[in-house]
Parts: sequence; structure tokens; C-alpha cells
Amino acid sequence: MNTTSTHFVSSRRFEIYEPLNQIGSMWEESFKNNGGMYTPSSIIIPTNEKPESLSEDTSHGTEGTPHKFDQEASTSRHPDKIQRRLAQNREAARKSRLRKKAYVQQLETSRLKLIHLEQELDRARQQGFYVGNRVDTNALGFSDNMSSGIIAFEMEYGHWVEEQNRQISELRTVLYGQVSDMDLGLLVDNAMKHYFQLFRMKAAAAKIDVFYIMSGMWKTPAERFFMWMGGGFRPSELLKVLLPHFDPLTDQQLLDVCNLKQSCQQAEDALSKGMEKLQHTLADSVAAGKLGEGSYIPQMTSAMERLEALVSFVNQMYRILTTRQAARGLLALGEYFQRLRALSSSWATRKREPT
Amino acid sequence: MDRVMRMSSEKGVVIFTKSSCCLCYAVQILFRDLRVQPTIHEIENDPDCREIEKALLRLGCSTAVPAVFIGGKLVGSTNEVMSLHLSGSLVPLIKPYQSLLY
Repeated sequence: MNTTSTHFVSSRRFEIYEPLNQIGSMWEESFKNNGGMYTPSSIIIPTNEKPESLSEDTSHGTEGTPHKFDQEASTSRHPDKIQRRLAQNREAARKSRLRKKAYVQQLETSRLKLIHLEQELDRARQQGFYVGNRVDTNALGFSDNMSSGIIAFEMEYGHWVEEQNRQISELRTVLYGQVSDMDLGLLVDNAMKHYFQLFRMKAAAAKIDVFYIMSGMWKTPAERFFMWMGGGFRPSELLKVLLPHFDPLTDQQLLDVCNLKQSCQQAEDALSKGMEKLQHTLADSVAAGKLGEGSYIPQMTSAMERLEALVSFVNQMYRILTTRQAARGLLALGEYFQRLRALSSSWATRKREPT
Repeated sequence: MDRVMRMSSEKGVVIFTKSSCCLCYAVQILFRDLRVQPTIHEIENDPDCREIEKALLRLGCSTAVPAVFIGGKLVGSTNEVMSLHLSGSLVPLIKPYQSLLY
């Protein structure tokens, strides 16, 4: 997977903090290591001072704090030890200054990197790519099991969208060119597998935090508006969007699609009513203050998982359509979602009327 | 388990449900929309509730409730029923039991 033009930013942010943390601890370490040998005054030296002046300061320091050296030896008896210590001081101070310089340089580059990334972020949002809208980079140490699972899901979803965009572009290019049914079939297969992967991801995340999934928190606002029952679309609605792209349909296909649409609507209605009932009973329990173990939360989780049933909708469409029709359908579907995501970001950044 | 075998082999569409289960409700709604009146066995307040659940699972139902039997044969739970319906295979199974009216 190529990450050069990744449109998902969180992992990059972590990358910035890492080297800074390292530099910071390096800085700390240096102080600890050179602790005992010299007085604090010799460390806090302006960076532009030359090493020579250090020896002058230290020698003054020697006069001013004779008690330190009395413990070791008097000036007359061990001049080489003094000299060596002074040299070590100079060396340590020099190293200190160099480290500080490097640290400041790293800060500067990181700052520029951050600005650059934020610009990339805005550009990506404009084009409708997925950009994490809920990542909390301040909480680098996730103590909460739930939130780390959800963060992981969001990152995975970001990658999923990237791959999705790539597949859509590929489909588009290929459909406008000359391509054999077999090659197209491979692309269609991959696209289907990709959707199934998303369903699996959602099911796993629902086990971690079912309310999060059911309210579609990881989706862009426009997608959430059209959302049905836990982060998806009503398949019958999708069919309406896709139908024109399947032309021409044979009579048999048309019949099959109509039947599918009808049974889909019936299944959707039944599941929606079931979900309503669940909401009512859940609300009642909350109102009555009795929401304990073995209550309705596990039911919600299993309800969410049972939405796999609608995964079979995708299978059914696949069965009815020819490869080329399926390819066009998948392209249309992908583009539809891309446009929805772009709508979300352009709406979010629209100019507000002056009040 | 005997009781389960007896109850499931009743004529028509038989569904084992629990009043608190929302998916059971969903499945009932679906059959109602398909003009079928299934026989509902509410097991929640049944003294043998646990046993019945275990028996249903052993028979191969993915979740104990809802458990749908048509003509004495186990169809499955929510997933199976919905998938069958989407593939167009549910209606032929329930045709003999569909009301002509409404």
C-alpha cells in the first residue's frame, strides 16, 4: 500500500511527536549524565559564546566556590586534574549547545511539516477524500480500551476509503477504454471483496462500541444524513440511484431487479420496525432507571450483526447483473459516495453570510 | 427435544420468539407483510425456556430466537430468512400458507 500521498493524517501526526519526544528525552539524558561535575552556572550559557570564555567563567567560578574543589584537591597540588575538569566542562557545554541547536532545528522542521500537512488536509477534504474528523491527537496514551478500538477502526476506515478511491479511478479508466470481460470481472470481484471487508470491519467495531457504529460517527455529515440503521444506506434507495447505469437491461433482468427491489423494501421495513421497537424498549428501560446487565445493549449488538442479512443484497445484485453492468454500477456507487463526502466538506467550509 | 420437535412440525410457518427480542418482532412483521400468519411460540415465560433455546441451537439455528420453521423444516434465524427472501426463494416456500385476502 502506497503511503506517499496518504490523505489520512493521524498517523503522520504521531510521527511528528515521536522524534520530538526522543529529542526531549535526549536533552534530559544529557543533563543527567553530566550531573555531578560542574556547577549549574556553567550550563546556562548563551549559545553564541565561544568555548574559551567558558574557561574564564569557570575559573571565576573556581574562585567563587572554593568549597567544591577543596573536597578534591587544592589548586597547587593537582593542576592537571583541574585542567582536565575544565576541559570536560568546556566539552560538555559545547555538546549541550549543539544538542540545543539540533533540537531547535527539529522543532522548526516539524512546525513546517505540520503546516504543510494541514494544507494537504484541506486540499484532500475539498476533493472529497476521507479525512479523520474525530481523531484526538492529544490523547496519545489511550488508556481506554474502547476508544483505542474505535481509533483503530477509524484508521482502518481511512485506509479503506483510500483504497476505495483508487479502485473507483481504476474502474473509470478501464470502463472508458477497451477491456475484456475477464479483466473487468477481476476488478468487479475486488470491488465486491472490498465492500465485504467494510462490512466485516463494521461488525467487529460494533462489538466494541455499538452506539458509535449505529450513529455512524465515522462518516461524513452528509452520509450520516442519509444513513439507515448503522452506517449504511437502504439498499432499495441505492438501487434507485444505480438503475439508470445498468441500461440496457434484458426483460428477465428487469423482472429480477424489480423482485429484488420489492423484497428488499419488505426486509428493510421489517428490520426498521424491529429497530424502532428496540429503541422504544431501550428508552423505557432508561426512563425506568433499570438498565443493568443482560439488558438491551447486547440485543443492539446482535441486531447490528444481523444486518449481515443485507449483505446478501449485494450478492443478489451481483447474481443478476452482467459483469459490465456490475462494473458500471460499482463505479456509480463509488462516485455517489465520493460526491456525498465532497458535499460534506464543501458545506462545512462554505462562506457564511455576514449577519 | 420432544416439545420443540412437536411444536416445530405444526403446519405452516412456526416461529419461536421472545417478547423482548426485537429481531423476532422484525421477522414477524416480514411474514405479516407477506400475508402469512405464522404460529408464534413465545418461550420467554416458558419454564423450559433454557432447554428450548439449547434445542433450537442444536438443530442448527444460528441464534436461538427467532427460529423459523416452514412445513416442519428449519429455515433458520433472521439472517437466513432475510437472505432467502432477497434471493426470491422465501415466497415459494410460504406460498401454500399465504392468505389470498388483504
